[in-house]
Amino acid sequence: MFANACQDVTVRRLTRLGAGGAQGDFFELALDFPGAGDTAWARWRPGQFVMIRPESFGLDPLMGRPFSIARADEEHGVCVCFQVVGRGTAKLAALEPGDRVAMWGPLGNAFAARPGAPTLLLAGGIGIAPFLEYVKRHSSAADLRLVFGHRPPLDCYPFAEMAALAACEAHRETCPEDLHAFIALLGEVIPQYCPDGLILACGPLPFLRTVGRLAGEAGGRAQLSLENRMACGIGACLGCVTEHKEHGPLSVCARGPVFWSDEITL
Amino acid sequence: MDMTVSFAGLTLDNPIMTASGTFGYGVEYMRFGDLERLGALVVKGLSLAPRRGNPMPRIAETPAGMLNAIGLQNIGAREFVEKRLPSLPWSRTPVIANLYACAAEEFGDLAAYLAEQPGVAALEVNISCPNVSEGGILFGQDPRLAARVTEAVKRRAGAKPVMVKLTPNVTDIADMARAVQDAGADALSLINTLSGMAVDARTRRPRLANVIGGLSGPAIKPVALRCVWQVCRAVSIPVIGIGGIASAEDVLEFILVGATAVQVGTANFIRPDLAFRLVDELPALCAALGVDSWDTYRGSLKA
Ligand SMILES: Cc1cc2nc3c(=O)[nH]c(=O)nc-3n(C[C@H](O)[C@H](O)[C@H](O)COP(=O)(O)OP(=O)(O)OC[C@H]3O[C@@H](n4cnc5c(N)ncnc54)[C@H](O)[C@@H]3O)c2cc1C
Ligand SMILES: Cc1cc2nc3c(=O)[nH]c(=O)nc-3n(C[C@H](O)[C@H](O)[C@H](O)COP(=O)(O)O)c2cc1C
Ligand code: FES
Repeated sequence: MFANACQDVTVRRLTRLGAGGAQGDFFELALDFPGAGDTAWARWRPGQFVMIRPESFGLDPLMGRPFSIARADEEHGVCVCFQVVGRGTAKLAALEPGDRVAMWGPLGNAFAARPGAPTLLLAGGIGIAPFLEYVKRHSSAADLRLVFGHRPPLDCYPFAEMAALAACEAHRETCPEDLHAFIALLGEVIPQYCPDGLILACGPLPFLRTVGRLAGEAGGRAQLSLENRMACGIGACLGCVTEHKEHGPLSVCARGPVFWSDEITL
Repeated sequence: MDMTVSFAGLTLDNPIMTASGTFGYGVEYMRFGDLERLGALVVKGLSLAPRRGNPMPRIAETPAGMLNAIGLQNIGAREFVEKRLPSLPWSRTPVIANLYACAAEEFGDLAAYLAEQPGVAALEVNISCPNVSEGGILFGQDPRLAARVTEAVKRRAGAKPVMVKLTPNVTDIADMARAVQDAGADALSLINTLSGMAVDARTRRPRLANVIGGLSGPAIKPVALRCVWQVCRAVSIPVIGIGGIASAEDVLEFILVGATAVQVGTANFIRPDLAFRLVDELPALCAALGVDSWDTYRGSLKA
């Protein structure tokens, strides 16, 4: 039978992460799992994302919003962790259990997984979201290390849960010196995984650029998850492209969001 | 009621098509609905050679709409015909190729190539593009140039119907419509995007790298309705309504002012199964509103 990958689902739960207020508003949103029998959801992999559009958007904001899948199964539902940064995420933060949301996915490619290979996960801010499930799935099979840089307090992120499963370290940035120290740390750690380990990164663009550069300088490369602005999320509008060195502009939603750092120009 | 519509030699199961540039090459939407249920499919604008498009950022959301300056990035007509078209249900659902070129002769060559493909049911000519040899004025903003492109395409299109897509960025759209009709167009489609821009007061930067882009989405529906209404009164060839359509009621509004069929554009980004949902919803809405035949409802606005 034909399974429409866009579904109307209901909100199961919206949980605030952290204390909110001046530190920023962070939430975990759990939606109904449309997976029962649906093979696409049964086969989703960390690094993939969903487009979410609550009915409460009306005609404004017009487009859905992309979020990394933090976890997705019958027990938890489809979960995303998000930070309120604008109108759309503010409306997501006002959702209540039972509210209806259009959701399409799972979308995009995923992070590579190489059982046995030393694997370095680099997360900046809310970019930690896709690694929650990654750590769960791969901590036993791989030698995993997660280095996390953040500004708001640690409890704004699903960090504690991950720290219980793998070697996870968090570095908080409260002043410019902290940022320099964090970049210096990346400069030490990344070469240890080049060229044979696997380096995966998700976070703000300057962070991804730094990771890509440091990996390149150490004779390796990293997988970077890009967060270009999106409209359709499915490769139709060509609004979200990144410059691929061989193939020219590629849509991040359909050909990414994960790209090898040496194959794109950021 | 019978949802079928016929125009310019095409027969569609229902009046709902997808608008060029908002439905990819069709294949992207196969996860969200059965393409055979659509009235017709208009694919992304194709040029003779592949095009890279504009620098990023290329899109900006605006109230109930969006601006885009994609810059006609496309894989080129040949790649489309060889790699995408075979996957589309073209034998059951008309696939309409949207043409983009920078010179009249180039439009002709492109038309000749696409018209000879069995999987291409009709051609839609995007004349919202700069005419390189005449200082970059848009073909679609000068009745003489628009007529010349229409003739160039018609001459090379064989028996395939030719639909010309009008830009609303003109003083008198009815004038353009008449010129294109007189040049031999089999149908008209309108509107393309409205020229617009968005800026950021804080960073002092434009929101699009191209600075200027095309506005689309529900915000432009009143402009589109007005254009379709004016054009329908000015020409006798069929008119396809486009602009901000996001509900079954929007579809009826365009038919009410005279459109024979419609195209759903930006609304495909509201949710990717939206066009399919409109196909499902339209019969019930017609029944509820007492619409029992397209021929009696079309253009029946009591103005
Ligand atoms: C594949 C992918 C996965 C993502 N995963 C997550 C996630 O797990 N958690 C999460 O919190 N966010 C994630 N994001 C980012 C998230 O989609 C945006 O924060 C959200 O769309 C903002 O919507 P808004 O309406 O609140 O902001 P808007 O009102 O649209 O914008 C508010 C401000 O944020 C800026 N902005 C918004 N989106 C972006 C962007 N994509 N890139 C750069 N600047 C932007 C705008 O320029 C503006 O200044 C992801 C993005 C992508 C593409
Ligand atoms: C992202 C995007 C890309 C578009 N690309 C094309 C194109 O390649 N050729 C074309 O004729 N029109 C193109 N259009 C215009 C649409 O087909 C349509 O005419 C316009 O968006 C108005 O309809 P709407 O409000 O329903 O979107 C594009 C529109 C958008 C939003
Ligand atoms: S968001 Fe439309 S192509 Fe990526």
